[in-house]
Amino acid sequence: MDAIILQILNGLDKGSAYALIALGLTLIFGTLGVVNFAHGALFMIGAFCAVTLSKIFNLSYEVIDESQTDFLGNPLKVKTPYVESWFGPELGGAIIDWAVPLAILFSIPIMIAIGFIMERGLIKHFYKRPHADQILVTFGLAIVLQEIIKYFYGANPIPTPAPEALTGSFDFGAFLGFQANAVIYPYWRLVYFAFAAVIIGGVFAFLQFTTFGMVVRAGMADRETVGLLGINIDRRFTIMFGIAAAVAGLAGVMYAPINSPNYHMGMDFLVLSFVVVVVGGMGSLPGAVLAGFLLGILESFASMNEIKSIFPGIDQIIIYLVAIIILLTRPRGLMGRKGVMED
Amino acid sequence: MSKSNLTRRGLLKTSAVAGAGIALPTIFTASSAAAYTNEPTGSSVTLGFNVPQTGPYADEGADELRAYELAVEHLNGGGDGGMMNTFSSKALDGSGIMGKKVEFVTGDTQTKSDAARASAKSMIEKDGAIMITGGSSSGVAIAVQGLCQEAGVIFMAGLTHSNDTTGKDKKANGFRHFFNAYMSGAALAPVLEKLYGSDRKAYHLTADYTWGWTQEESIVASTEALGWETVNTVKTPLAATDFSSYIAPVLNSGADVLVLNHYGGNMVNSLTNAVQFGLREKQVNGKNFEIVVPLYSRLMAKGAGENVKGIHGSTNWHWSLQDDASKAFVKSFGEKYGFPPSQAAHTVYCQTLLYADACQRAGTFNPCGVAEALEGFEFDGLGNGKTLYRAEDHQCFKDVLVVRGKENPTSEFDLLEVVEVTPAAQVTYEPDHPMFAGGNLGTCNPGA
Repeated sequence: MDAIILQILNGLDKGSAYALIALGLTLIFGTLGVVNFAHGALFMIGAFCAVTLSKIFNLSYEVIDESQTDFLGNPLKVKTPYVESWFGPELGGAIIDWAVPLAILFSIPIMIAIGFIMERGLIKHFYKRPHADQILVTFGLAIVLQEIIKYFYGANPIPTPAPEALTGSFDFGAFLGFQANAVIYPYWRLVYFAFAAVIIGGVFAFLQFTTFGMVVRAGMADRETVGLLGINIDRRFTIMFGIAAAVAGLAGVMYAPINSPNYHMGMDFLVLSFVVVVVGGMGSLPGAVLAGFLLGILESFASMNEIKSIFPGIDQIIIYLVAIIILLTRPRGLMGRKGVMED
Repeated sequence: MSKSNLTRRGLLKTSAVAGAGIALPTIFTASSAAAYTNEPTGSSVTLGFNVPQTGPYADEGADELRAYELAVEHLNGGGDGGMMNTFSSKALDGSGIMGKKVEFVTGDTQTKSDAARASAKSMIEKDGAIMITGGSSSGVAIAVQGLCQEAGVIFMAGLTHSNDTTGKDKKANGFRHFFNAYMSGAALAPVLEKLYGSDRKAYHLTADYTWGWTQEESIVASTEALGWETVNTVKTPLAATDFSSYIAPVLNSGADVLVLNHYGGNMVNSLTNAVQFGLREKQVNGKNFEIVVPLYSRLMAKGAGENVKGIHGSTNWHWSLQDDASKAFVKSFGEKYGFPPSQAAHTVYCQTLLYADACQRAGTFNPCGVAEALEGFEFDGLGNGKTLYRAEDHQCFKDVLVVRGKENPTSEFDLLEVVEVTPAAQVTYEPDHPMFAGGNLGTCNPGA
């Protein structure tokens, strides 16, 4: 039982990341009709926003300490972060410690700006081109973005820890009346799940309850008619692209403490998220979220030793297997709408 | 009346074709007149450095390349000479190899066997490389070693830790300076017993390829010999990034030690995940839960950050060693690049000097002559103490370091501390040891 609870938690956690990325992919596909293979790269850039802010906070000046020596036997240069000398070691230390949550604020304008530049600078020229062209250009863009990050940050993962206060783990065992220590789960992963829920809720509320959202939804249903009503739908769609980029970026920022970011992390998620979108139904936002969590949980269960002893290697193929079954039985995906990508 | 078609132009054409025809065999067999592949005829000799310049091990590859360039500089008489001054063999004198200036070409393995073979092939066939060296994965090393055997050039392996490289996949043209998984197990076991006792239950997470399998086999064997029980061994895909679903079952498996047979990005992520799940604060069977990372590297420790503190593993060499050779190497590398070398840099630097020295002693670049000079060669002064290049399997036998993630690092490089230097005798095994059986060195191939 405790093992099952743990895998459900793991699944929700993985599902959060899949759902956030798939949500952005679907937003872009639903509004602009573009299959954006650079979306994983946006997730990666988000994580590197956290790395960058952490590096900025850690910018230091060097003082030569004659009493110590470095690896070559020269006097040691002791580094003190500027933040600590400006705000004192206590507040300065706290700012450095909370770099990842602070990076949320730092990353939003950056991600929206990157989204705008991508859309206006490149992707808009491909709206009328076939999907294959769009996939090729966005995939190429993803590789370019990856290589840029690798050039500046190197190929190795960069540790970006969560704040000290959130590094421990929560004992569900004691909480739910099981044996203590039987079900423990890291705080930060719980935070990630809660954060994803807030973002997903926020995006849905924005589309559902604001005039802007209503126009966008109307545009998704019938772009031409909305345009005929004198509404500049293109501008709104560009804004949606920025928002989708920000959602991917935020997913990346919060993911940085879970696994040390490296330049390749976006690609690892992109393929899975794309499957999530297809399973959920192209263009369906609730479908993307539902499929994200569903596949996350399935993947976690498939990694259980008990399951793997019956079906070896099932953890590697479960997502694709489920995708095939769903597409065979429901060709439009779980919640796909009629007419999407069917012309 | 008969008419001859013979014209002046026709005659010239025919003679030219006939001449070319007669010359043809010598044109095409010119290279076969050489005694071996890529026999250097000019005033220089070309070495091929095949390292990952892109892909997940690119930083490790970059460090290897730095060390190669430093070795070439020293071989050609530049710089301060580094470990050439401390090397017990004095055959090298800074005038290149056998008076020929050392030049090099580089290839990108991308940590993919096919890409690595393609770049090695290109360096041998197009650039005339007389020797191939490098790599930072056992899969790549075994693939390139096979290619070099067929092509008739020497392969000096870089960072490869799988038993198979000098076990079932050993080749007469291939040589490994780096230690292997068996040695890690043999060196770690006594330290683990001292620290954690002989009544432990271990759970293994293992990267699913040749290196992971042989390391798991080695560590299981050496810890079970101590009396430890192996609760479970789980293979994880090399491409995995989030290990939470593999870590979660460890919590209630009854295990009190987690062994991570992971390297590079896999190790960084699995260790980070294990620490996040509170494994290090956990008490199981009345004992503190422990994590062991049998193969450590400083570059990996950097990626895992705080999580490596207090965690034990083994390594081939570490820059903080205080022998004259290590100090000389750290000094010349540190002054040139501004930071200390990694174990990958150390092993490839050694391999380059060892190759050059063997050519010099053998008086030839012929792979068979070089192999003979390396086989059974005993040396010292390259940072690992007395070392033997064993003739039977082309594996170096030397001391192995047991290291621990440092609790209070004084700098960004000061991440590991040496806990014990395990003497070579303790990690030496018979050439026909079951973990290394099944292969055949074969005979050296000079190619051509």
